[in-house]
Amino acid sequence: MNIKNTLAGCIATGMLAISTVSSGATTVTVGTVNNGDMIIMQRLSAEFEKQHPDIKLDWVILEENVLRQRLTTDIATNGGQFDVMTIGMYEAPIWGKLGWLETMDNLPEDYDIQDVIPSVRDGLSANGTLYALPFYGESSMTFYNKDLFSKAGISMPEQPTWQQMSEFASKTHDPENGIYGMCLRGKPGWGENMALLSTMVNTYGGRWFDEEWKPEINSPQWKEAIGFYIDLMSNYGPPGVSSNGFNENQALFSSGKCAIWVDATSAAGRLLNPKESQVGDSVGFASAPVAVTPKGSGWLWAWALAIPTSSDAKEAAKEFMLWATSKSYIELVGESDGWASVPPGTRASTYDNPKYVQQAPFAALTTQAMQNADPTDSTLEPVPYTGVQFVAIPEFQSIGTQVGKMISGALSKQMTLDEALDSSQKIAEREMKRYYK
Amino acid sequence: MVSPSVLVLLAWMAVPLAMTLYFSLIRYNLLYPGDNEFVGLENFTFFLTDEGFTAGMTNTLLLVCSVLLISVVVGVLIAVLVDTPFWGRGIVRVLLISPFFIMPTVSALVWKNLLLHPVSGVFAAVWRFFGAEPIDWFSTYPMEAIILIVSWQWVPFAVLLLMTAMQSLDQEQKDAARLDGAGPIAIFWHITLPHLARPIAVVVMIETIFLLSIFAEIFTTTGGGPGYETTNLAYLIYSQALLQFDVGLASAGGLVAVVLANVAAIILIRMIGKNLTDKA
Repeated sequence: MNIKNTLAGCIATGMLAISTVSSGATTVTVGTVNNGDMIIMQRLSAEFEKQHPDIKLDWVILEENVLRQRLTTDIATNGGQFDVMTIGMYEAPIWGKLGWLETMDNLPEDYDIQDVIPSVRDGLSANGTLYALPFYGESSMTFYNKDLFSKAGISMPEQPTWQQMSEFASKTHDPENGIYGMCLRGKPGWGENMALLSTMVNTYGGRWFDEEWKPEINSPQWKEAIGFYIDLMSNYGPPGVSSNGFNENQALFSSGKCAIWVDATSAAGRLLNPKESQVGDSVGFASAPVAVTPKGSGWLWAWALAIPTSSDAKEAAKEFMLWATSKSYIELVGESDGWASVPPGTRASTYDNPKYVQQAPFAALTTQAMQNADPTDSTLEPVPYTGVQFVAIPEFQSIGTQVGKMISGALSKQMTLDEALDSSQKIAEREMKRYYK
Repeated sequence: MVSPSVLVLLAWMAVPLAMTLYFSLIRYNLLYPGDNEFVGLENFTFFLTDEGFTAGMTNTLLLVCSVLLISVVVGVLIAVLVDTPFWGRGIVRVLLISPFFIMPTVSALVWKNLLLHPVSGVFAAVWRFFGAEPIDWFSTYPMEAIILIVSWQWVPFAVLLLMTAMQSLDQEQKDAARLDGAGPIAIFWHITLPHLARPIAVVVMIETIFLLSIFAEIFTTTGGGPGYETTNLAYLIYSQALLQFDVGLASAGGLVAVVLANVAAIILIRMIGKNLTDKA
């Protein structure tokens, strides 16, 4: 009898608890990328929920390519599945102009929007209106393993060239012992391999389109840049390059399998963190490599949070975004995960903070790289578009994805370089003929 | 009395088809809202002249034919092997058919990360043990790798059907043949194989229908690449609808695929269905 009563009591209190939670709380669905900084955000969001008992967060964490596809279909069909979307500098202005995103005005005084780095703010705005709040910002840089470099008797200059990269990779490449000279992205996708490859094409003097919007993907500059990349990766890359993206390369580098890795500055903090990286003591940093011109050799990107107009919990969503992109959130990560792990590249105050500068030797290099990357002037010859590692037009998602796929075909020797670039050119021409007016 | 259910069924079928037809005739790209003008057959010409289309067709055919061949040949051999009683036969039979009950995405992930991975996979470990350079399957032999994974999934289906069919094989007929001096190969060729003809036909028919639309294995392992190496029609349509957000083009592609699947079905039924009824 007693047991029955307690059981009934338990069920009754349980149901009461459920009903109070569901009646009072607004659910905010957050769609985000599975990058390290966002995983920390999800963990720390318990703190936010404690402060806001009336808001419940629901997380959808996906791989970059899949997330883009989910978010784009949701927002374009007015699906209303997400209340907070993690988007980047490519989507924010285009979607904002289409009226798909809530504007980010009337921000509270203590949020201090003037503290946000101007190039990041500009990148997330269209016609002077801000459409998203930056979570972290990044450019690209060179990471190298100092131990392997000193063993090979070489040293990394502050501003290396791609030619030097190949030389360094050849000296450190030691596949017998599971060490590869060079790790670069190979996974197809406009935000995966094409991000890196666009910066390579830029620095080799190439461009996506000429001033009349005619694609130039089979130009000599493209051939040189992509050909160099393919040679480099076939000679000194790890096995399975064509399926390695940002996260895969980070895992390879931090387990000591790569001598050099060129990728996002945002990885720097995690490479130093002894909990996540076995090479924390020996990571070196240098600028992203250049070739013919320094223009466009490092990309500019920010992952940001935005509210789709189809959301039904805009107030709560904004509350969460203000928390996750605030100074105090950066403070919180610094206290709980160490200052080197805070989301970089968004706020000037982060770089004024002595605790950060002291623990993050890459801080100066990051700000410098982000200042050097200019989306309005990223190529040797003039272009009609803005963007360093992407072209800010809606067609680019399709073109970039398909070109990325062709180049991964050439990388794994399923087709020749010329075939891959000629097909890419044809794809881009078709796409532009079909939609560009 | 049946008319309501017929109507519901009709609506169930006709509405999606009509919508696909409608979408295939307009310009409908998710990234250009409001720009939905009527374009006639432009989507179809674009789909049929897409470089991926020829590749998609050849790859679909290659995939279906190779997996069919493998599952019939290996399926028959395994079914005959496990027909003779031996110790632990029950367990072996269960193990043999179990791959069929694993979700395609899961099996693709297992093959990609645990078996075929060039650095951490089991195959790579075996290769290295013998002093050989591990193969990067998904970039060097992408189509072969996909065929391997899909066959691993569908051979058990063939085994299941053929194993059951073997049990209805007349034992006395086999004994009589043996008395007349027929060897095991002759028995297999003249008695077992003809007996299995009809279940084989069923395997071919059912597997073709499912193999035409293989998607999960390609999506999780190679993403249709490198290049167009593993893009089949299903993947091509997915890529147009959800990677390029061109609903119009993808709808046109879907309709082309429906027509092609129907052609395949008609041929199959003509060839195999006739075979089935004739022998009955």
